[in-house]
Amino acid sequence: MNAQTKSIPSGPAAAAMISAGIGGLTIGILTTGAVLSEALKNALVLYTPAGPLSGKTTFGIAAWLLSWLILNALWKNKDLNLRSAFTWTLVLLGLGLLLTFPPIFEAFEA
Amino acid sequence: MVLTAREIWTALHGMVFGAAYLLAFTAGLVGLYSLRESWVTGKGIAERIMRLKWTTGIMSILSFLTVFSGTYIVYPWYRAPAPEGADLLEYPRNFLLADPNLSGWHTFGMEWKEHIAWFSPILTVAVLYLIFRYGPMLAQDKYKNLRWMIVVLFLLSFATAGVAGLFGALITKAAPIL
Repeated sequence: MNAQTKSIPSGPAAAAMISAGIGGLTIGILTTGAVLSEALKNALVLYTPAGPLSGKTTFGIAAWLLSWLILNALWKNKDLNLRSAFTWTLVLLGLGLLLTFPPIFEAFEA
Repeated sequence: MVLTAREIWTALHGMVFGAAYLLAFTAGLVGLYSLRESWVTGKGIAERIMRLKWTTGIMSILSFLTVFSGTYIVYPWYRAPAPEGADLLEYPRNFLLADPNLSGWHTFGMEWKEHIAWFSPILTVAVLYLIFRYGPMLAQDKYKNLRWMIVVLFLLSFATAGVAGLFGALITKAAPIL
C-alpha cells in the first residue's frame, strides 16, 4: 500500500462538512429574515457603510466556526455515517443558497 | 493612464484576489481527482498532498481576502446613497436603480453576488481542513467516498465564487466604481 495506513475516525470530517452547511444556512436565514423584519435588518448593521450584509456574514461565519468547534468536540473520536453527514451538508447548503437567491427572498418582501 | 484608489481596490478585489482564486481551482481539482493509490506512487501521493495543502491554503486566504475587501471596502462605495443632484455615475447602486433597463443588475445581480460569495471561503476552508486532517489516506480506496465528497464541496466553492465573480465583472461593466 502506498498511502499511510493509520485510520482517523469520520467524525471530524462530518463536523467540518455539516458546520459548513450550518454557516451557509445561517447566511440564508439572515438574508431572508432581513427582508421579513425591519428590526432584524437594522440589528444586522454592524458596519454602517456595508449595511446589513456586515451582520449577515459576520453571524454566518460565527455560526459556522462555533458549530464546527462544538461538533468536532462531540464527534472527534466517533465513526459516523459520512454519507448521511454529507447529505445533511448538501441539504443545509441548498437551503442556504435558496434563501440567498433574490427571487426567493424577494418573494417575502412586503 | 491613471487608476483611482477605488479602481485599484476594485481591481484587487476582483482581478487579483478573486481571479487568482478561480485560477488556482483547476490545480486543486486535478490534484484531488488524481489522488488515487492505484494511479500514483507513495512519493507521488505525498507530493500531491503537499501541493493540495498549498493550493487550498492559498485559495482559502484568497477567498477571505476577496470577500472581506468586497464587503468592507468596495461594496460601501457601490451602495453609498447619492446626495440630491449628484452625478449618479459616481453612485453605482443609484445609477443602476434609476434605469429600469439596468436595475436588474442590482436587484438580481448584486443582491445574489453579495451573499453567495460568502459560501466560497467557508467551503474552501472545509476542503483545506479535510485535506490536512486525512492527508495521504484520501488516496486509499477506503476513503474514496470522502475524496469524492471533498471534490463536490470544492466544486461548490468554485461555483459560488464563479457566480459572484461573473456578476461582479458584469455589474462593474454596467456601473463602474469610479
